[in-house]
Amino acid sequence: MADMTPQKTKMPEQEPQIRNKNFEEVALGYTKEMAIKEAGRCLNCKNKPCVSGCPVNVRIPDFIACVAKGDFEEAYNIITTTNALPAVCGRVCPQENQCEGKCVRGIKGESVGIGRLERFVADYHREHGKAIEVNIKPNGKKVAVVGAGPAGLTCAGDLARKGYDVTVFEAFHTAGGVLIYGIPEFRLPKSVVAAEVENLKNLGVKIMTDMVIGKVLTINELIDMGFDAVFVGSGAGLPAFMGIEGENALGVYSANEILTRINLMKAYKSEYDTPIKVMKKVAIIGGGNVAMDAARCAKRLGADVYVIYRRSENEMPARREEVHHAKEEGINFKFLTNPTRILSDENFYVTGIECVNMQLGEPDESGRRKPEKIDGSEHILDVDSVIMALGTGPNPLILKTATDISTNKRGCIIVNEDMQTSKENVYAGGDSVSGAATVISAMGAGKRAATAIDNKIKMSK
Amino acid sequence: MFEIVDKKVLNSSVTSLTIKAPFIAKKAKAGQFLIVKADETGERIPLTISDFDSSAGTVTIVIQAVGFTTKKLVRMNCGDYLADVAGPLGLPTEFGNPKKAIIIGGGVGCAIAYPQAKTLHNMGVDVTVIAGFRSKDIVILEDEMKKVSNNLYITTDDGSYGEKGLVTDVLKCLLNKGGYDLVIAIGPVIMMKFVALTTKPYSVKTIVSLNPIMIDGTGMCGGCRVNVGGETKFACVDGPDFDGHLVDFDELMRRNMLFREEEAHACRLEENSNG
Repeated sequence: MADMTPQKTKMPEQEPQIRNKNFEEVALGYTKEMAIKEAGRCLNCKNKPCVSGCPVNVRIPDFIACVAKGDFEEAYNIITTTNALPAVCGRVCPQENQCEGKCVRGIKGESVGIGRLERFVADYHREHGKAIEVNIKPNGKKVAVVGAGPAGLTCAGDLARKGYDVTVFEAFHTAGGVLIYGIPEFRLPKSVVAAEVENLKNLGVKIMTDMVIGKVLTINELIDMGFDAVFVGSGAGLPAFMGIEGENALGVYSANEILTRINLMKAYKSEYDTPIKVMKKVAIIGGGNVAMDAARCAKRLGADVYVIYRRSENEMPARREEVHHAKEEGINFKFLTNPTRILSDENFYVTGIECVNMQLGEPDESGRRKPEKIDGSEHILDVDSVIMALGTGPNPLILKTATDISTNKRGCIIVNEDMQTSKENVYAGGDSVSGAATVISAMGAGKRAATAIDNKIKMSK
Repeated sequence: MFEIVDKKVLNSSVTSLTIKAPFIAKKAKAGQFLIVKADETGERIPLTISDFDSSAGTVTIVIQAVGFTTKKLVRMNCGDYLADVAGPLGLPTEFGNPKKAIIIGGGVGCAIAYPQAKTLHNMGVDVTVIAGFRSKDIVILEDEMKKVSNNLYITTDDGSYGEKGLVTDVLKCLLNKGGYDLVIAIGPVIMMKFVALTTKPYSVKTIVSLNPIMIDGTGMCGGCRVNVGGETKFACVDGPDFDGHLVDFDELMRRNMLFREEEAHACRLEENSNG
């Protein structure tokens, strides 16, 4: 009989007023006892709605049953048959819209803490588990993966397990993509990402960093080098700006720039060389996860932080937990507010941001109510920095030298249901196809592409 | 890891490093740049490729020791390894089909102007080089530039060598004589600004190579945004070369000042640690 406690077992966290001054992980993870207790809340439903809510179809009730029995290693084995990066997913998936959103326990009370359990299992394995013996029979086929983010790493891992000789080409000096440059340490420790990358290397995946594909090598050259297929998972790295007056003033940044300085380059640590400007009062423009990450980073660097979002809280695309954490940490939210102009002093440094109030009108093409300006509501917020977190578009660098790969008008690569592009033997997935989305949907795409590549190569043998 | 295979001290603050980077050497073209990270804790900085040898698999960068990282780089020696080198980034220079070109280098910018002159010279173009320096003791690459040009003018601010004055003084004389259809200027932003202002009334195509602050060099951070003809461009992917008549140089100069205080701070730390 399941434990019918209506609430999830609470996750221990750092106190808000302590954690908003450090970059250590916010959520501390379940203990064994907590995990076993939470696992006891699963009803083990026959039709498993949670599994259908997971983009990589983790066998959720099966792994939770193992956790309930205290067999954490078996739980890990079950998860990793379909999910190559469980320690990452347990931390950053928007579970409320996926597995947990479909959980029957969520109808009356809170869903089972599936994400928390996944994280526990992955962390337990990392700390206590034995390296899984790999017994892979090489099939003599080579696949190139462009981009070492969630899509690329997942695709690489799946193909390596099937016996492919996989090389991942990464433009940055560290593998991980958005998991390294975008998501902050306090939400996803970089040691966790590094451990997942090590797991892939143990499967035989080769990772070449500092390789900007499209520049140093083209897709055609990869094919000429003997790769039987290429998977492009180059992400959505191109930041958007608003195009408003004053946007090039000193102290206006893209969220990508601030997050890269902090997360990839570790500008917050004194032993690293990359500088970051002191920000006393900062406005973050946007309402997604990136806006929350930028806001919480700025707070940790000592700033007063305002998140400016043109719709209301209900329409915010950010994960609920991130918004909740941000509020606890003392981030101020200005909903239904939109910037119109950035003000600067005679030396071009930001001194403020002019905003207007908004109201919600009829639903637009995204299904959300369209924000409309309220005339005469202009007001100025004094800030010394502005961070634009307005979303990102696919990086066009690769496609400039691969014009035979078709894209849509937003610059996203067009693929068929097998993730195949318009170019033979070239597949794509993740944000470069969908536009900015989630880690797990990119992983799902990497997985589908790996299956399709395997089928195609097997057929052509 | 990328091995330094040659090091030349060009003057008291300018050093050239030749780096083993076979993939990059095979693809590099004049006008492109590298992102270089000296060591594990280093920052990523953009440096223009000043020479490359695809058969030897090497690329050469010329560094003026002005900030924390550039000082770190010039202290490195042959046999040392740079942690990371990525490239070739940015678009190659589009020379078109000029007949008579003026290449202007300012200070360390001559190291980048030199391969441009060389490329044009090899294309059979009539090349005049104007190289400007503060004083005689920091003149670099004089022999090299002489070899790839029909005329070489050296100017110094203090008149200690060549002609006393600015590169724009010589430029103006040449433009008055006429016949030039391309000017390329590489050097301090203020110099490029005045070169562009000088050539504008003569309507001579003027290319400048910009050097804004950047991190990734692939279009991701947006730190390198510059105003060109009223539009925001990313120097890393849309440049680094732009039409000098369209660039907002004043904005670029201000944006390049952003980390000046942090840089000064880092320098002090370094001086302290060196006793």
